[in-house]
Amino acid sequence: MTAPTPMSEATFALTLGLLLLAPLAIAGVALINTGLGRSRSAAQALLGSLGMISVAVLVFVFVGAMWADGGSGLGHVFHFSGKPWNWAGTGPYLLQGFEAEAGRNQLELLFEVLAVALAVLIPWGSGADRLRLSAGAALAAVFAGVVFPFAAHWVWGGGWLRELGKNFGLGGGFLDGGGAATVHMLGGQAALVVAWITGSRRGKFPKEGLSTAMPGHNAVYVLFGCLVALAGWLAWNTAGAVLWLSASPEKLPLVAVNTFLAAGAALAATFTVTRVRFGKPDASLCANGWLAGLVTSSACAGIVSPLAAAFVGLVAGIATPLLVEFLELAVSVDDPSGAIAAHAFSALWGLAAAGVFAPGSGQFTAQLVGIATMLGFFLPVVYGLFFVLNRMVPFRVDPDGERIGMDLHELGGGAYPEFVVHRDDSYR
Amino acid sequence: MRYAGLLVMPAGFLLSIAAILLFPDPMPRVAFVLSGLAVEGMGLTVAVRGHMESRGDKRP
Repeated sequence: MTAPTPMSEATFALTLGLLLLAPLAIAGVALINTGLGRSRSAAQALLGSLGMISVAVLVFVFVGAMWADGGSGLGHVFHFSGKPWNWAGTGPYLLQGFEAEAGRNQLELLFEVLAVALAVLIPWGSGADRLRLSAGAALAAVFAGVVFPFAAHWVWGGGWLRELGKNFGLGGGFLDGGGAATVHMLGGQAALVVAWITGSRRGKFPKEGLSTAMPGHNAVYVLFGCLVALAGWLAWNTAGAVLWLSASPEKLPLVAVNTFLAAGAALAATFTVTRVRFGKPDASLCANGWLAGLVTSSACAGIVSPLAAAFVGLVAGIATPLLVEFLELAVSVDDPSGAIAAHAFSALWGLAAAGVFAPGSGQFTAQLVGIATMLGFFLPVVYGLFFVLNRMVPFRVDPDGERIGMDLHELGGGAYPEFVVHRDDSYR
Repeated sequence: MRYAGLLVMPAGFLLSIAAILLFPDPMPRVAFVLSGLAVEGMGLTVAVRGHMESRGDKRP
C-alpha cells in the first residue's frame, strides 16, 4: 500500500477550490440530459437529476465510502499467487471521525462524492422519457452503495488496480486521474443496461422502416450545458491530477490545456463528420462530441502531451456520431442522451490511449487490465443488480404515463405550462 | 442469448488477470490481456444481439 503523500496548505486550498467548482460538470450533464429529452418530460428530468444526486451522495457517504476508503492506507487484502489483492477499503462506518482525517483524505472523499453524483446522471439520461423517478432513486442507491465504491477503491483508493505497477511492474498502475473509468465507463455501462432493461420509447422503432427521429426539445440547454460542463471539467481534471496522479501545481495548467484541446478537437471532428454526412452540422451530435472529448480528457489530460490529448479527442469526435447512429440504427438501442457513445466508449478509448501515449513501460498493459475489469467484471454485475432491482421497482413507466409525458404523470404539471405542447405524431 | 453473452464477459476479465499472473514477459502478457478483451468483446456482441432479438419481438 502506498503511503498517502502529505499535502501543503496551499495545495490543499487550491484543490478544495477546484473541487468546489467541479459541480459545474454535474450541472452541465444534467442540462444536456434535459435538453436531449422531450419537453413533456423536462421537469421530471431535472428533478430526477437532483433526486438521484441526493440519493447517491447520501448512500455513498454513509455506506459506500466505507468500501471505497483509501485514506487509512489499509484495506481488505487476500493473497493469491504470492501477490496482495486489495479489494475493499476499511473506512469507518457512517463516516465517523471524518473531521479528524488528514486534509488529503478529506479531499479524496469529496472528489469521490462528486464523482458518484456525476456517474448516476449518465444512466438517467439514457432512460429519459420513460424511466420513473422511484426507479432512478433506487438505481442511484444501488450504484452508489454497491458498484461505485469498489470501482473507486480499486482505481483510486489503493486497490489492486492502482497497485498493478508496484505488484506486477506495470508502469504506474492503472491511471485514471479524472474518473474516466470510475465515472464515465461505469456510468456509460449502466446507461446501456438501463436502455436494455427499460426498452425503447414507444414508437421509436416501428415494425417497418428506420427508427423514428425523436430530437431533443431544447438545443440551447444542450449547448449551454456543454459550456457549463467545460468549466466543471477543467476543475475536475486538475483536482484529480493533484489527488490521484500526485501532480505538482506547476503541472496543472498543462492538464487544463489538455482538457480544452481534447474537447475542441472532438467538437471540430464531430462538426465536420455531421456536416459531411448530413449536409449541415448536427447540434445534438456536436454536443455529444464535445462531451466525448471531455471524457477522453478525464483519462489522459494529466499524463499525455497536448498533441496526444488533441489526437485522442479528435478520434473520439469522429467515432461518437458514428457510434450514436450505429447504436440506434443497427442494434436498436434507444439512448436519448447518447451516453453510451459519449461516456462509455470515449472513456474506453481515452483510457487505452493514455496507455499508448503515457511514458513508462507496462503502462499500456495496466490500462488494458483496468479496461478489462470495468467491462468484464462491472458490466455483468451492474446488469445483474439492475435486473433484480427492476423486478422490485419497475424501471419503465406505464404506457399511459409515457403518452402524456413524465411531467404530468409523475409531477402533475409540465415544465412549460404557458407553452402549447404540439402533438406527437408517433402516438397516432 | 442475452444472458449467455453477459456470462462470457467475466471469463475475459479472468483471462486478463491470469495474464498478469502467468506471464512475466511483456509481449505474451499484453497479448493475453488483449485476448481477454477480445473474449469480453465477443460476450458483449452476443449480449447486444440477444437484446436486439427480444426488442424485435416487442416492436409496436
